[in-house]
Amino acid sequence: MNPAGFSEQVHRAWAIAKKDIRIYYFKGPVLIFGVFMPVFLFLAFFMGSKQLPLSFLISGLVGMTLFFTATAVSPAIFPWEGQAKTLERLASCPITIEAIVFGDMIASILFGIGITFVTVIIGLALGLSLLHGIMLLAAILLAAVCFSAIGMLLAVPPTNVPSNIMMLSSLIKFPLVFISGIFIPLDQMPPWGLALAVCSPLTYFTDLVRYAFTGTDFFPVWIDIAALAVFTLVFTVGTMYLHKRTMPKRM
Amino acid sequence: MRGVNPMPAVIHASDLTKVFGKSTAVDNVSFDVREGEIFGFLGPNGAGKTTTTRMLTGVIPPDAGTATILGHDIRSEPVQAKQGFGVVPETSNAYTDLTAWQNLMLMGELYGLPRSQAEQRSSDLLGMVGLLERKDQKVQAYSKGMKQRLILAMALIHEPELLFLDEPTSGLDVQSTQMILNLLRDLNKQGTTIFLTTHNMEEANRLCHRVGIIRAGKIVAIDAPEKLKTAIDRVHKIEVSFDREVSGDALKALPSVTGANRTGDKWQITTDNRDAVIHSLASFSQQNGAAIVTLNTLAPSLDDAFLRLTQEEKP
Repeated sequence: MNPAGFSEQVHRAWAIAKKDIRIYYFKGPVLIFGVFMPVFLFLAFFMGSKQLPLSFLISGLVGMTLFFTATAVSPAIFPWEGQAKTLERLASCPITIEAIVFGDMIASILFGIGITFVTVIIGLALGLSLLHGIMLLAAILLAAVCFSAIGMLLAVPPTNVPSNIMMLSSLIKFPLVFISGIFIPLDQMPPWGLALAVCSPLTYFTDLVRYAFTGTDFFPVWIDIAALAVFTLVFTVGTMYLHKRTMPKRM
Repeated sequence: MRGVNPMPAVIHASDLTKVFGKSTAVDNVSFDVREGEIFGFLGPNGAGKTTTTRMLTGVIPPDAGTATILGHDIRSEPVQAKQGFGVVPETSNAYTDLTAWQNLMLMGELYGLPRSQAEQRSSDLLGMVGLLERKDQKVQAYSKGMKQRLILAMALIHEPELLFLDEPTSGLDVQSTQMILNLLRDLNKQGTTIFLTTHNMEEANRLCHRVGIIRAGKIVAIDAPEKLKTAIDRVHKIEVSFDREVSGDALKALPSVTGANRTGDKWQITTDNRDAVIHSLASFSQQNGAAIVTLNTLAPSLDDAFLRLTQEEKP
């Protein structure tokens, strides 16, 4: 056995993911927050802007749900574990920092996908028809990886005070929701709004979800997928690189 | 110390240095820990013990110098090095939201053990530390002693060749302390090398083959406890009592005696030649008809050695 080998490290990352799911995700408040937060935002806009079709808003709800759930817990895991000194235990175990980050990402990917399927089912129950199921599945998988990498990026500042990270996290996440074409269609946005929207990976995911439900899109599908893939790659590599640099400062 | 030939170095620290801001926490520290020994790492608070241990275990990188653990450089081959050792930190860091069993299984996975082996090892270790009956209880309900025994079990899950312990018995009750010390002795007998950071001189004196003393980030002494004790004090003390009154002046006049002070019903003799004074006292006893009731040589304790070595040249 080569403990530093790729497959061995992936195996150990899976152990981290299982630990995260047990400790951080299978908790009533986390599950409830994961479902209720996007639903309340959705209801607020559904009541406030009745001129938007349900299919448009449900697509936004799916986008928001995946974004919020995949980034809900992961930013706070390192600060929590730094505070509890369990991060020091992991740092002295034969697992690379990249594998620890990957393990945390796996847990948030699975949590995000699980809760997002609930909203997809809600959409179908409300009478929406799914036109491109495989496309939706692929988009959810790709975006879950991308958003979980964003969640881990938010945890890069080496603080062991979870509230600091959660505040930073909210400051970044909420504006992203409003510039990503979830509540305002991209074709109704002013040029400056559109310029901001193309910088958000959530824009491309929401566009793909709308395509899957309604058959219409703002960007061609291949651009949505390519943009999401590039964001995913950059954020994943970036978060692993930055955590490797900041991890010793947490100890 | 064991044997005549030195065993190969399991830990080789060379010029390890760590700087925090303007303060140098560890300053060019170099030492070796040999295979099969219990090495005590002593020093006052803030001397750099924990920082050194954290560098050796790969938790923080050194700013300069190198550390080779079990033949692997801790910076360039951290995973290979960590695979061979276990760590028991000062603060219990088991996951309190998991049960003891889940914590051990997590460690088994992080060390790459097959599931069946991890289960068998976990059962054995929990039995060994007396926690088998509470294996399915969350760690948050454990006492400090139970948590400490659990993290010792977690550190041993992969049968490491080398074990790092940072104040393993600090604040524990007598039973937990004795259990942990006995376990360490047994592990060492089975071949595990132990690097032990402690404040407890008695513990270090009884357990360690060699001790290293660090002061203000620098190693000030490394030797066997007995050698350290004698090396720090060239003036020896002998305590003697007689069955009748003797004169202090007569005792002071004996060859090699540099002082004689009365303490209760005994005399404390100071000398730089213990052997000569013992012979003189025997002759004195015969010549004066004063039988010796008790005679003790008072060696400096490891506490004395520690205090002397850590207080010298204090600014």
